[in-house]
Amino acid sequence: MSAAAPARRPARAPGDLVIRIEGVTKLYRMGAETIHALRGVNLKIRRNEYLAVMGPSGSGKSTLMNMLGCLDTPSAGRYDFNGKDVARMVDDELAEIRNREIGFVFQTFNLLPRSDALHNVELPLVYAGVRPAARRERALGALRNVGLGDRIHHKPNEMSGGQRQRVAIARALVNHPSILLADEPTGNLDSRTGEEIMALFEDLYEQGHTIIVVTHEENIARHARRVVRLRDGLIESDGPVA
Amino acid sequence: MARLFQELVESVRIAFGQIRANGLRSVLTALGVIIGIVAVTLMGTAINGIDIGFNRSLAMLGEDVLYVQRWPWRRVEDWWSYVNRPALEVETAERLNRVIEATPGSLLEVAVPVATRGTSVRAGELRLAGVMLFGTTGDYARIVTTDVAEGRMFNAVEASVGRPVCVLGSAVAENLFPSGSALDQQVQIRGELYTVIGVLAKQGEFLGLFSFDNQIVAPLNTMRRQTGIRANLDLRVKVRDKTRLAAAEEELIGAMRRVRGQLPGERDNFSVNQQQAFKEQLDPVKAGIALAGLFITGLSLFVGAIGIMNITFVSVKERTKEIGTRKALGARRRTILLQFLIEAVSICLIGGLVGLGVTLAASLVLATLLPALPIAFSPGLMAVSVLVSILTGVVSGFAPAWGASRLDPVVALRYE
Ligand SMILES: Nc1ncnc2c1ncn2[C@@H]1O[C@H](COP(=O)(O)OP(=O)(O)O)[C@@H](O)[C@H]1O
Ligand SMILES: [Mg+2]
Repeated sequence: MSAAAPARRPARAPGDLVIRIEGVTKLYRMGAETIHALRGVNLKIRRNEYLAVMGPSGSGKSTLMNMLGCLDTPSAGRYDFNGKDVARMVDDELAEIRNREIGFVFQTFNLLPRSDALHNVELPLVYAGVRPAARRERALGALRNVGLGDRIHHKPNEMSGGQRQRVAIARALVNHPSILLADEPTGNLDSRTGEEIMALFEDLYEQGHTIIVVTHEENIARHARRVVRLRDGLIESDGPVA
Repeated sequence: MARLFQELVESVRIAFGQIRANGLRSVLTALGVIIGIVAVTLMGTAINGIDIGFNRSLAMLGEDVLYVQRWPWRRVEDWWSYVNRPALEVETAERLNRVIEATPGSLLEVAVPVATRGTSVRAGELRLAGVMLFGTTGDYARIVTTDVAEGRMFNAVEASVGRPVCVLGSAVAENLFPSGSALDQQVQIRGELYTVIGVLAKQGEFLGLFSFDNQIVAPLNTMRRQTGIRANLDLRVKVRDKTRLAAAEEELIGAMRRVRGQLPGERDNFSVNQQQAFKEQLDPVKAGIALAGLFITGLSLFVGAIGIMNITFVSVKERTKEIGTRKALGARRRTILLQFLIEAVSICLIGGLVGLGVTLAASLVLATLLPALPIAFSPGLMAVSVLVSILTGVVSGFAPAWGASRLDPVVALRYE
């Protein structure tokens, strides 16, 4: 796990279609003003892809990410997740998808401050109704997988930023989601720790995970196999990493 | 189902973590509920106590005894129509008993004249004032509601010849003869010496007004012989079957009218009283106390509930981002709703249990300090206060918890 020169193997063969969005727009109303965060985005993402979403600040990256993560619904357009129309889902169905199919990693880690690493990682399993013994087993596995098998009883404030983000990644993966969504996962980390996290993503990709990373840093995006560039709520370019 | 259970366990865990993390805040909030629950339970204990004391007092009057008197046991507006009623005499009782005997299948058993007056009594150096002196006949033993703890009642012969004997209430016996048995001792009533032949069992206070143990029973004829003793006389009539009290009362009224030679259409010139009359008098008082209690209780619980609601709103606000995170990880609306409801209910329940403990301790202390006070801390009351605490938590926590459950996850996640 060298931070300076991450091993980069060729892309794995893409699998089934996981995400398909067509003509998706998102409007925010701020008083009399209407903000077009997304103006008609088309995107297909397959299993086994490793995708970076780039663009300047305010270009709609987070909005797109929240949409993909079923935290938000489009104002117009169509979003199919694993072939199912998300726009028609009720709140509980969306919660179910977020719980079982999507793993979220945030820029600010978003760990529960009073819970230790183990309980933080167990949380998605609590919401899935997994019994305590099995829950613990799986959370331990996920923590070991991100290299934190010896930190399971540490609280977030007893860990470094990189370790916190690893806990968050373990939490995102513990319920075996279809995709891992990370919105600027290295934004709050120094560049060295950021590289470590990206190396971990590389490992996860090799293990067979499907990953979408939002970033505005070119050297972070370089880790991915495909880059989508957004500008003013529209896709500017979409292609393999050079 | 497993899922709901895991969510519940998690919610309880969060709630207690939260309460522990915000110790002082939780204590202050719970204080409102504690005060509310103390008010609820104290009020309930008081009303229970009044009820029990009241029933115990009424039992002293005798459940199967009707009282024939000049005045009714209720407030009257036209007092002038009562003052001129003829007094009741020993002969009235004798004639009434003859009518009862002549009535086949009578519901009445016997009428006993009882004269009542206050007096003081002395034994050696000790003197006791404010004692009730009852003068009666040998039939008194048939209507008395207490047991004779020591010795015996006087018999018909002793009563009719007017022997100087008496039976003491337990408090009189204790006060005049603190060091030993009162039996066969002499007491002095109005300058006359009486020999104590019996002591009554302890009865307690009547409605907290006076003690039934503070009495002396003596033959009426002995009392009569003494100058200077004037007493109110009334008749106590024992009923054969206390389940047919109303019919017995009717028969008694008819018999009394015959004794008095009253014409049809003429108003009774006597009153027949029974313990039921007291009940009717006290029911509105009890209802008043209950209503005032309900108001005070409701008010203090309301204040407590507002505190809980406020703190739950604060809690939701503080953890808006956490709510967003939980939703992103798959928490449903129901999950979030439960989480904050359980938090509110937990504070209320803890407050309620503490309040219950406070009342329990208070009533134990009161019971030992004032044993005469009828204090009744019932299991029903505990159940009610636990239920009330839970309900307070649900009602006051619902609005903030509902708001939290409806938060848009994106908006919640952006909250700083
Ligand atoms: N909840 C919201 N309310 C109003 N405007 C919003 C909201 N979320 C995002 N926006 C606006 O939408 C645009 C896109 O935002 P965002 O997707 O966060 O951009 P990025 O993540 O690329 O920086 C911005 O102009 C932003 O101000
Ligand atoms: Mg963003």
